Amino acid sequence: MMDKNKIYRPESLTDVQNIYCSGCGHGIIHRLVAEIIDELEIREKTIAVAPVGCAVFAYFYWNFDVTEAAHGRPPAVATGIKRILPDRVVFTYQGDGDLAAIGTAEIIHAANRGENITVVFVNNAVYGMTGGQMAPTTLIKQKTTTSPRGRNPRYSGFPIKISEALAALDGTTYIERVSVHNVKNVINAKRALKKAFKIQIEGKGFSMVEFLAMCPVGWAMSSEDSVKWIEEKMIPEYPLGVIKDA
Amino acid sequence: MIRIMHKILIKGNHAVVEGGIQAGCMAYYGYPITPQNEITAYMAKRMGEEGRVFIQSESEIAAINMVFGSSLTGARTMTSSSSPGISLKQEGISYMAGCELPGVIVNVQRGGPGLGNISGAQGDYFQSTRGGGHGDYRTIVLAPYSVQEMFDFTIKAFDLADKYRIPVILHTDGYLGQMYEPVLVKELKSDRKTKKDWILDGCKDRKPRMIRSLLMDEGELEEHNWKLNKLYDKIKMKEASCQTCFTEDAVVAIVSYGTSARICESAVNILRGKGIKACLIRPTTLWPFPEKTISTIAKKVKNFLVVEMSLGQMVEDVKLAVNGMSRVHFYGSPGGGIPETKVVVKKVKEIIK
Ligand SMILES: Cc1ncc(C[n+]2csc(CCOP(=O)(O)OP(=O)(O)O)c2C)c(N)n1
Repeated sequence: MMDKNKIYRPESLTDVQNIYCSGCGHGIIHRLVAEIIDELEIREKTIAVAPVGCAVFAYFYWNFDVTEAAHGRPPAVATGIKRILPDRVVFTYQGDGDLAAIGTAEIIHAANRGENITVVFVNNAVYGMTGGQMAPTTLIKQKTTTSPRGRNPRYSGFPIKISEALAALDGTTYIERVSVHNVKNVINAKRALKKAFKIQIEGKGFSMVEFLAMCPVGWAMSSEDSVKWIEEKMIPEYPLGVIKDA
Repeated sequence: MIRIMHKILIKGNHAVVEGGIQAGCMAYYGYPITPQNEITAYMAKRMGEEGRVFIQSESEIAAINMVFGSSLTGARTMTSSSSPGISLKQEGISYMAGCELPGVIVNVQRGGPGLGNISGAQGDYFQSTRGGGHGDYRTIVLAPYSVQEMFDFTIKAFDLADKYRIPVILHTDGYLGQMYEPVLVKELKSDRKTKKDWILDGCKDRKPRMIRSLLMDEGELEEHNWKLNKLYDKIKMKEASCQTCFTEDAVVAIVSYGTSARICESAVNILRGKGIKACLIRPTTLWPFPEKTISTIAKKVKNFLVVEMSLGQMVEDVKLAVNGMSRVHFYGSPGGGIPETKVVVKKVKEIIK
């Protein structure tokens, strides 16, 4: 048995140092994915689709088959993989620009078809990789490089709640929103993601977990303030919990 | 071994489907657009019968990305559309080229630009032969001119795609798509079983693999571009093809492909009947372009007439191949118009006057 108190590297994570900024949520979520894939013993039958965004290099960090889709297209690519290889585990890993802006058509229709895939959706309220621009998930009044006076809903719309929107579709099976801003929430996030993968393995259909994640550099905040900001600003706008469990 | 099975009367678009089925296409993804709708509808029926994958996607963008996904598992896969939809597929085609993924893309061209009209046209020649999407890449482009070739070239497209790990465009048009002709359904030799040691299917008993087009290390992309260039050079050497007739004693050469080549074929026969020594050069691959054949002919034949259903696109490739050795004339009919046989005859007479 693994000593629970000892730090270990899951087999599904490579021994490569990642390039994520300090305080970023991606590293935590990558590790959760890897732990779950180990625990479910599916490393050798998993195919992941990395996004365009900060997580584009996920294939350097995960020790299983990974491809990289065009911006926003992971759900279509995953569909093409899963339909040919229905007994493999296929998941996409997407940021909020990728999934909730440029890729809205692809995610809605993959969900609506009830594709038997899992979606790891990372909501950090900005476009991280391109330097902290406004995303569809950006909060009202939140300042970004492209909303320098704060997001004004009159001109830029409202924070988009994709998880709730997808939950309204008959094709979706399981959708939950979690956060990775503290240990308690990380543990809970792992439970949710494991459930999502199990739903796919059992052939029950489309599952997605939305992760609220810190982006200290994109938010121009310290790591500590980013944690607080999730607690105080993001969670009230994006309530945590199971959104759909059909 | 070629075993003749049967002769059937079939529409061009349906011939593409039967070709795909026979080539072992395991997944088809498409979105409705005229004049290629018969492909998507008939695929829905045939793929269902064969127990293979069919999805009517939410867009052409999704369709090409589904092709991307199925291709990376090693399955033979295709999509089809017409001009406006092919524009949307360019992003995905560029990614496939970058990732060296095989796949077949059928363009049943219509008039453009914009929404254009739904007649057959040849206005997408530049898009097909110059890569079409962003970046330094090429795709193989096949140009059928009969329903028989719609069938045969679809099979050939799959073989070439797998052989070179490259997207292949079947560059056809609305007239050929809608036309009925008898087709000899042959069991063609298709290398369906190409060994693929690069696919993603789970890393059981091997190291994990990645398929990607982002190459950020110093010099990494440059090296990849040169590697692709080597592949393109090899394809240029081996796969350029065209059909010629009456070249031996010709004084004027007509160059035309696809639907417009059918008209030129009639024109050449009429001209020959009048004792005018015309010949026809019909490229069947648009990329690679049969430049060697054309430049060889240009050493003897001093006048060329290029006929296209466009404002003049292939004519540029003909000029490059002729390289100043002969005069190159052009007759085009854009916007869904069909070149007229009698106009082709008249143009040739004017040229040699
Ligand atoms: C078609 C296209 N448009 C724009 C870009 C530039 N781009 C790269 S990453 C990115 C933003 C990704 O943001 P998000 O999905 O929120 O992920 P994050 O980086 O925050 O993890 C953009 C717009 C691109 N690569 N392709």
